[in-house]
Amino acid sequence: MTSAAATPSSRRRRPGWVDSFLLVVRVAAIVLLIWGIAGTVVKGINGEGPTGEAWRDLVVAGIAQGAMYGLIALGYSMVYGVLGFINFAHGEVFMSGGMVGFFVANYLWDIRFWDTNFVLSILLVLLSSILTSTLVAVIVERVAYRPLRGAPRLIPLITSIGISFFLQYTFAGLFGVAVKNYPPPPEALRARIGFLNLAIEGTKLAVIVVAVVTMIGLYLFVEKTRTGRSIRAVAEDKEIAALMGINVDRTIVATFAVGGAMAGVAGTLWALLFRGVSFITGFLPGIKAFTAAVLGGIGNLGGAMAGGVLLGLFEGVGPQLVLAGFGIPGVSQLKDVVAFTALVLVLIFKPSGLFGERLSAEDRA
Amino acid sequence: MTGVDVRRMFRWGLIAGGVMTFTAAVGMLEAFEDRLLIYPVLSLGYLLLLWFVPLAGYQSTNVAVLEGMEAPPKGLHNVVAGALSGLLGGLVLAVFAVIIDTFDLRDVFVPFSVKLAGLLTYGTGVPDGLPYTVLVPAALGLVGGLMHLPSPSGRRRVILAVEWVVVVALLEQVFSQILRRIGLEVVADRVFTLKALEWWAALVVVLLVGAIAERTRGGMGRIRERLFAGDPRQRTRNSVWMAIVVLVFLILIPQVLGSLLSEVLANVGLFLLMGLGLNIVVGLAGMLDLGYVAFFAVGAYTVGVLTSPISPRFAFEWSWWAALPVAILMSALAGLLVGTPVIRMRGDYLAIVTLGFGEIVRILFLSDWLSPTFGGAQGVQNIPGIPLGFTEVSGVGPEGVLYFALFFVMLAAWISWSLQESRIGRAWTALREDETVAEAMGINIVRAKLNAFIVGAILAGFAGALFAAKLGSVFPSSFELLVSIIILVVVIVGGMGNIPGVAVGAVVLIGVLGGPNLPGLLAEFAEFKLLIYGALLVFMMLRKPEGLLPSVRRSRELHADELSQDAWLDKGGAFADSAGDGRAGG
Repeated sequence: MTSAAATPSSRRRRPGWVDSFLLVVRVAAIVLLIWGIAGTVVKGINGEGPTGEAWRDLVVAGIAQGAMYGLIALGYSMVYGVLGFINFAHGEVFMSGGMVGFFVANYLWDIRFWDTNFVLSILLVLLSSILTSTLVAVIVERVAYRPLRGAPRLIPLITSIGISFFLQYTFAGLFGVAVKNYPPPPEALRARIGFLNLAIEGTKLAVIVVAVVTMIGLYLFVEKTRTGRSIRAVAEDKEIAALMGINVDRTIVATFAVGGAMAGVAGTLWALLFRGVSFITGFLPGIKAFTAAVLGGIGNLGGAMAGGVLLGLFEGVGPQLVLAGFGIPGVSQLKDVVAFTALVLVLIFKPSGLFGERLSAEDRA
Repeated sequence: MTGVDVRRMFRWGLIAGGVMTFTAAVGMLEAFEDRLLIYPVLSLGYLLLLWFVPLAGYQSTNVAVLEGMEAPPKGLHNVVAGALSGLLGGLVLAVFAVIIDTFDLRDVFVPFSVKLAGLLTYGTGVPDGLPYTVLVPAALGLVGGLMHLPSPSGRRRVILAVEWVVVVALLEQVFSQILRRIGLEVVADRVFTLKALEWWAALVVVLLVGAIAERTRGGMGRIRERLFAGDPRQRTRNSVWMAIVVLVFLILIPQVLGSLLSEVLANVGLFLLMGLGLNIVVGLAGMLDLGYVAFFAVGAYTVGVLTSPISPRFAFEWSWWAALPVAILMSALAGLLVGTPVIRMRGDYLAIVTLGFGEIVRILFLSDWLSPTFGGAQGVQNIPGIPLGFTEVSGVGPEGVLYFALFFVMLAAWISWSLQESRIGRAWTALREDETVAEAMGINIVRAKLNAFIVGAILAGFAGALFAAKLGSVFPSSFELLVSIIILVVVIVGGMGNIPGVAVGAVVLIGVLGGPNLPGLLAEFAEFKLLIYGALLVFMMLRKPEGLLPSVRRSRELHADELSQDAWLDKGGAFADSAGDGRAGG
């Protein structure tokens, strides 16, 4: 009785100057946000700034990129849910899929299969990308993370930073440092497609559709299959899951494999959106995907996807909508700043994410 | 065969094959094949290819002997098992060589050339030379197995001798430079050919090291014991004496080394300064800060903008000494601004958010928006050196920078040492170990954490100010995330929370391997530097998270489980004692 009453009161701190500082930060963030948007709106009324079509393209590009972030974010979210640490190397898992997919695509292009049979080609690329990413994720788990079960929380995080650099430069050594450009998708897919009365670029629409389908597949997997249920059980409480007869080690491998597969899909989507891959491709999207996972609430799969789309939108639209309102030049350079600021603000305003985190009690500590 | 675990042997054979294949496949063999180490016989490429095989050969029959257990007898079986696992590794490598030779994979895998296949067969071509590919690792595995036979002290002596040969050959530059400077040019010319050690000189090194080890048998350990044991006052006095000896040594070094090596050591000094700062944040207070480079950048840019005559917006042309307090103030302010919002976050969120801050700072310095003040990608140039009355310290004379950096490193080491032993240092340790308990003990967590953050930021800002004066210009590209990571590796490899450990980490990593964009003594490692850094980080975390020179307290924390296990074993040992002499032999 007394302990239950004591817990919340011990959590409540006397408001100190840090709280006042954070309050100032919050107020300032909101004021600046409104100010910037107002500035852009005023510009819009005066006929300056981007046109309606330009805004639409920014929004669509943002959603497409965000859908890709969301797929990568799933891997972060699932691993954090199960093992309670940030798998910093997950961005490289994503890169490895895109990289190997390139060689398959390039081969298909060389034998002129890519033009004649694009859908089958992209499916082959997708398959190779998924296989590679899954394999890399599982190997990394086995070699680097399994020996660290139960180590202090920062140890696996630091390990994953090491793995991240190791993978990057292994790929640089194996495949060279040059940027590799995927062959162009066929004309029909690059053209704008009418969708809900909006002319949207075909590739972006395809990316969004693939991401949605993958997400539905993952949802069914996690909710309906036996493996999915054991993943949820292990995320809830490893020890009790083990007592219930779940093989915890195998479930963790499954988690890494599923996360890797999602990253593999994202690797192909990256190729559709940007075409160029290199050994450092994984780094920034990786960090942004982690941001997306935190934004949506870590451990929460729907949240990770929604967080990804939101982050893509912030990044796509934010610089034009908020920063341009202050008359800042060259706003498109600052999109990474917008993404990182979003991360900082989310963690200040609502560290448990917009849709609530789902973590076991020990991971929350 | 008795005492051979066949699965273990297979496992180590396959691991050895994997390591060799990996080294060849990422292109290390080819890249370093030209760099000879021991004149006609061994190049760096082959060393990197083969170094792991003797280890695997040794490991293939190396079983942990717990207390109370009897060590299995050593004998021929160890040697045979070592050779067999080496053979297995060689077979793996041979398969790889055949694959390279038969299929043309150059379009996909850049290093898979015909030349690589030739190198893997020691220049004899694929079908004919394959026996060599298999037998050389087998022989090395055999050597590894042989290492079971001598007594532990004999084994240590052999390993020591081999290590010294490798060190002397790798750091040929340093040794020949020193020999030349002290007037032994003849010796330097005879001993080193084509940047490599002559084979007979390698033998001399082996004999020399062996003889020294023989004479001082266990002497080093006794000296260390006498230095670090005893009552605290005695220990402090010994540390002071050691510091003086090191100081005199360091003052003499630039005179002997010449400017190239002084340059390298000056870089070591800069990174050591930052490492000492990060050591406070990560090692003492236990907060993983991945955006540490931001404070370094703030210090460097403040000095640049204030002192350069052509800084884009204001050309104050202050002297470095006038700009320094401002730089320190600015980085402290940055520490406060970054630190306050992250202070309450979970440890891993703190890591990511600080990383985000670091990137924000770099992108802002790079952006068009702030380029009227900070010069965008061109940065700030023509930063003057540090006026010292009679002379000026700048990048032109690396010896000056080295002395200067040394002075400030000493200062920083002294500051962090006295902080560590003070009330606030104890507060940091307490909150690293258990925040809730620390709070219950009356420690103001927010204040303690912010203090750590700000002290760390000040040291980084300081290093930044020095960096700006040394380089003469600051660009955003000098402040990439990589810098934060490399400083983190320095602190971790050296030993978190331990000042001498950080120093060792900085010398070994920055001095030998090189920092970001800064060549170390092994400049040829450039392409593979980060691969090695990554592998090292993982290895340290898996095997030795407390670092090379650990702080006693930290290593106890990290091995808490094992310690309790040992305690349990000790109890078991007590039973064994009563039964026989279970522990007395060990």
